[in-house]
Amino acid sequence: MRVPLWRIAHARSGDKADRADIGLFAYDAATYAVLKREVTRERVAAHFAALARGPVEIYPLDNLLALKIVLDGALEGGAARSLRMDNLGKNVAAALLRMEIEAPETLPRLAASG
Amino acid sequence: MKAVRIGAGLGFYGDSWRPVRASIERGGVQYVASDHLSELTLAILQKDRQKDPSAGYARDALPMLLELWPLAAPRGVKFVMNAGGLNPEGLRAALAAAFRAKAWKARIATVSGDSVIERLDELRAAGEALAHMDSGADIEDVRERLLFANAYLGAQPIAEALARGADIVLTGRVADAALSLGPLAHELGWRWDDWDRLAQGLTVGHLLECSGQASGGNFGSALEWAKIPDLLHLGYPIAEVSADGAALLTKAPGTGGRVSFDTLRQQLLYEVHDPHAYVSPDVVLDMGTLRLEDLGDERVRVTGAAGAPRPAKLKIVAGYHDGWMGTGMIGFSWPDAYRKCEAGAAIIRALVAEHGLPVEDTRVEYVGYDSLLGANADPACREQLNECFLRMTVRSREKRAAEAFARLFPWLGLSGPPYAGGFHGIERAKELLGVWPTLAAREQIEPHVSVSVEDA
Repeated sequence: MRVPLWRIAHARSGDKADRADIGLFAYDAATYAVLKREVTRERVAAHFAALARGPVEIYPLDNLLALKIVLDGALEGGAARSLRMDNLGKNVAAALLRMEIEAPETLPRLAASG
Repeated sequence: MKAVRIGAGLGFYGDSWRPVRASIERGGVQYVASDHLSELTLAILQKDRQKDPSAGYARDALPMLLELWPLAAPRGVKFVMNAGGLNPEGLRAALAAAFRAKAWKARIATVSGDSVIERLDELRAAGEALAHMDSGADIEDVRERLLFANAYLGAQPIAEALARGADIVLTGRVADAALSLGPLAHELGWRWDDWDRLAQGLTVGHLLECSGQASGGNFGSALEWAKIPDLLHLGYPIAEVSADGAALLTKAPGTGGRVSFDTLRQQLLYEVHDPHAYVSPDVVLDMGTLRLEDLGDERVRVTGAAGAPRPAKLKIVAGYHDGWMGTGMIGFSWPDAYRKCEAGAAIIRALVAEHGLPVEDTRVEYVGYDSLLGANADPACREQLNECFLRMTVRSREKRAAEAFARLFPWLGLSGPPYAGGFHGIERAKELLGVWPTLAAREQIEPHVSVSVEDA
């Protein structure tokens, strides 16, 4: 089934120079395996096509059940020269949580909420 | 085994020290590590210093210490803070005067030598290109517009200050995590080539450097954030670190917030790029082997950091003037809130052209619809808005143009679309700042670092 990430994961984002970075965290190990498979560089790049000019990097961390996602060229050259309301990229994580992926409905958080 | 307890102080210039009281009174901390400098803060401090040569430090350090020192002194709690900004000596003088007026005694140290703006020619002559770390651009492109340039120093000068008996250590720019790593290495006798222990210390410092973000603040999630108890009384994170490097992350009893696997891992990866090579001046951390064990009851055990030798080069961040931002904002209510904002934006754009205002970029955002989510906002919501604010910003080389842009907006109130509100004056032009990250050999920086310890 199609599932928005917010139902199965949590996330925080921040900035460094012109890069926005997002930590995406599965609530459980089964979900982490799905995130690792479904949240690809290509899909993330497409989701943020209007935001990030540069390439997308993804670092999986099995020990933290997390993906570290880095969006290059996403902050108009950096927070202090950006015209954006969200100049620090704090809401990039919220935008990621709206991305939909294919996930089995047996995942713990999906089964629990029905 | 010997252990030391460090509590988080501020996480940025303007953060609250109210939660630090609980860490001192009930959290058993021996040190408070307080971060007052974001990438941008030095630009603010540079302006302060231009107006007054004795300024240029984070002004919140003084009221913070005046409030906390009476709690800290009888308990032997020490402070390590980068609040010195561009003028650690200036902060020490101000602090010493304030302490003398109250007949308080303290040994106050300064760490300086991080500022390299006066040494750029010397560095270039020594073979440091100072090219932009990401783009490779030549620093001469922005040289005339530079406002500050500071190297990120490591934990060694902080440890030295503590070894010389300092109660309060005031630094300029240091790596944020060094504010914790310094006291850890000093107290626990870590060698500066004991990479795995230093990596544990760096992990702890990184977890503490954003104050409430490691104890339930800004817990990025849908719905789950609301389950974090009592944000009003959130306790800042505290780390108890033993000589072997193992750390227990917790917070003061009776405080709100949450220290758990979930809240800590959000902070662990915050503003980290390659988690297998998190570079600091003292050690390079690989987070891939870290273990976070949630013991329940607001306690998480952190072990397993892997360290690689420190880098040969230190990071320098310079800031340069990058024009002016003009901002205008006006709100419209139902009916047709979004469409009225769009109409307003079209009128403003036409006026900019008509007046020939020299603007380079124009940005249109709809507050209440897409100003935070950008292109990821859901357009299905757009036609049903109860109300919406038009926010427009421009970039210009001329301050005058940025100011003139802001003055275009009031006219919309009587002669634009109906049901406007929320207009409360004209926003001043804001100076924009470009950030220039670069590298230089540590041999070019470290001989200029000095530690000074004096009794106040």
